[in-house]
Amino acid sequence: MSTVYALLFIVATLVLVIGLARKIVQYAKTPAPLKIATTPAPVTQAGVVMRMFREVVFFESLFKGTKWTWIFAWLFHMALFVVLLRHLRYFTDPVWLPIELIQPFGVYAGFAMLAGLAGLLVRRIFVDRVRYISAPSDYLWLLVLIFIGISGLMMKFVAHTDIVMVKQFFTGLMGFSIGTLPIDFPLVVHLTLVALLMILFPFSKLLHVPGIFFSPSRNQVDNPREKRHLAPWAKAMEE
Amino acid sequence: MAKANFDVPELKEYVDVPELVEGTMAHLSPFIAKPDHNIPLGFPGELVEDWHDKALEKLDDLRSRYRSLQVYLDACVKCGACTDKCHYYLSTKDPKNMPVGRQDLLRKVYRRYNTFAGKYFPWLVGAEDLTRETLDDWYSYYHQCSQCRRCSVFCPYGIDTAEISMAAREILDSVGYGQKYCNEIIAKVHEKGNNLGLPGPAILDTLEGLEEDVEEETGVVVKFPLDVKGADILLVTPSADFFAEPHVDGLIGYGKVFHEAGISWTLSTTASEAGNFGMFIGSYENMRKVAMRIRTAALELGVKRIVFGECGHAWRVAYAFLNTLAGPFDFLDPKYPVPQHICEFTYDLIQQGKLNFDKSANDDMTLTFHDSCNVARATRMGDKPGGQFDIPRAVIKAVCNNYVDMDHETIGEKTFCCGGGGGLLTDDLMEIRVKGALPRMTALQNAIKEEGVTHMAAICAICKSQFTKVLPYYGMDMDQIVSVHQLVSNAIILTGQNTDEDDADDESDGDE
Repeated sequence: MSTVYALLFIVATLVLVIGLARKIVQYAKTPAPLKIATTPAPVTQAGVVMRMFREVVFFESLFKGTKWTWIFAWLFHMALFVVLLRHLRYFTDPVWLPIELIQPFGVYAGFAMLAGLAGLLVRRIFVDRVRYISAPSDYLWLLVLIFIGISGLMMKFVAHTDIVMVKQFFTGLMGFSIGTLPIDFPLVVHLTLVALLMILFPFSKLLHVPGIFFSPSRNQVDNPREKRHLAPWAKAMEE
Repeated sequence: MAKANFDVPELKEYVDVPELVEGTMAHLSPFIAKPDHNIPLGFPGELVEDWHDKALEKLDDLRSRYRSLQVYLDACVKCGACTDKCHYYLSTKDPKNMPVGRQDLLRKVYRRYNTFAGKYFPWLVGAEDLTRETLDDWYSYYHQCSQCRRCSVFCPYGIDTAEISMAAREILDSVGYGQKYCNEIIAKVHEKGNNLGLPGPAILDTLEGLEEDVEEETGVVVKFPLDVKGADILLVTPSADFFAEPHVDGLIGYGKVFHEAGISWTLSTTASEAGNFGMFIGSYENMRKVAMRIRTAALELGVKRIVFGECGHAWRVAYAFLNTLAGPFDFLDPKYPVPQHICEFTYDLIQQGKLNFDKSANDDMTLTFHDSCNVARATRMGDKPGGQFDIPRAVIKAVCNNYVDMDHETIGEKTFCCGGGGGLLTDDLMEIRVKGALPRMTALQNAIKEEGVTHMAAICAICKSQFTKVLPYYGMDMDQIVSVHQLVSNAIILTGQNTDEDDADDESDGDE
């Protein structure tokens, strides 16, 4: 069983890294032939970095769009971020001091994450417009994340897992040696769903993560009059 | 009150977000382009037999050439932030007029043929086969999008439905299923130099008429030059400015401003159109060809600067794309941006104190300003972000005593489209045009009731034409829409102009 999980996580990591890299290369290689920044837009590169920062960290556009979705989405993402940071302790030895310090917050974040996800799910079910645009996968992603959160919290509050053993398993795996994983129900659910998420990431709407950085309406400097912008295929027309 | 064979929405205090009703606009499609319209643009004359494969090939081609399309097809998480942002959804309740609903018409096909999940588990991710019904849905709903980009303001990934709708229209054109209105017009520009197909002599005749009118009104000889070599400025303006009300009053305003500035200028017969419908159909090739006329005209006439008249999408193509499509403009005077907007030009002169105004000439009006979508969300004026909002308002306030803004949720970057942009300004789409104007009409009516607004100014030929047509459907007058430079024209005092007592006589001349 431990071997199965070891292999699963090796495969999941490979799929995630290679799959994402392929999409990022695709996005980076595809030209943006025209300046299409949504204006008013920054007129300098530094301004674009700030705009992107506000977008990624504060969800600026979503905030303008709908406050309820913003509250739930921001809560979920920021909590997930803290939870992920907290998890670094299972992969590093010795544990980095800032990661030590956020451990207690990580637990609260787990609950915050679930609250955000629940809000998003309720919205998806009850707002007719959002229900109309939802495919089964849109609900399933929320459920997968909710079950990841619940199973994670269960290990803390309901049925303690031997977390030292889990850490040995993963740090060992990072050196390609397969150790033993405690086979507890919440841990099995947690790890299976995380692996599933990693494998499906590059083939799903989770591509919004790299996508935002390549979105021309957000990442372009508003300087078309000052600087000529020309895609290679458009340049070919001039010859 | 204009008559309509559809229900004109009733104006209320607010536009409520409606519950969706499927299929309310499924019946509406624009006239289909004929071979005569398609072939000059490089498209098949009519729907090709192997449209299914050809459409998918074109989708692949566009995904490989436009990062926006590829990223936007992938990145949507169906959060719903855009669902209540489109004026067409708000007024028709049709979920395929929600930005994401519109995008999904293409996205579901992309997923079916180009993604792992859609190929093997289509039901899971909402992927669907490309069928004749889908193709017809594309034709119908991608021609109910005015490409105004309002949705892109609120999308957490900046997904711009305009990019998707341009791509979809290009796919439709590539299989011979294009829209008559846009393609016929582009063919006319290629042939005649302007969207209306006005020949050179007709333009000359109009301009001479304007010179006479202005001289009669002011006693000052203001020239409206055409094809004058060696002029400093080439003015490129929408062809509606040559004859339609209130557009032509704006053109008179530009002429007076140039005259007072003492800078020589000219129009061009071959570049007698600022508009570039190539953008609406997403065709880089056609957009480039239309844009190149301007470069050619500038070179032939030996001008030093290019200034664009009041036109929204034209300003987008000019400001954001012209340098790309037809640059570099290193043969022009590097002291000035290429191109400049007429509002930037007038604003600079006002700043320098070179223009004299009698603001009371506009005292019969209380003005508000409609931010045109392409100007607001796809361009800039001046050197600061947001100049596209401040500069036209500064010009209006310099020439008018009475000005108020409409509801702030409906102006600036959140401005609502007039309802007729993006290649929809055609009678066969009147139903969607009238309905789509609802949010703007609501804000205008509130400003009329609460602030005593009498007129709305705009800097877009499409907005002006659209409002002229649509205002009466909502119980308002067609002449409540005015050009910004019409206001300038009213207030400007030309050097040597007749004094007040002469004006009284002019009143009796009447309109033709």
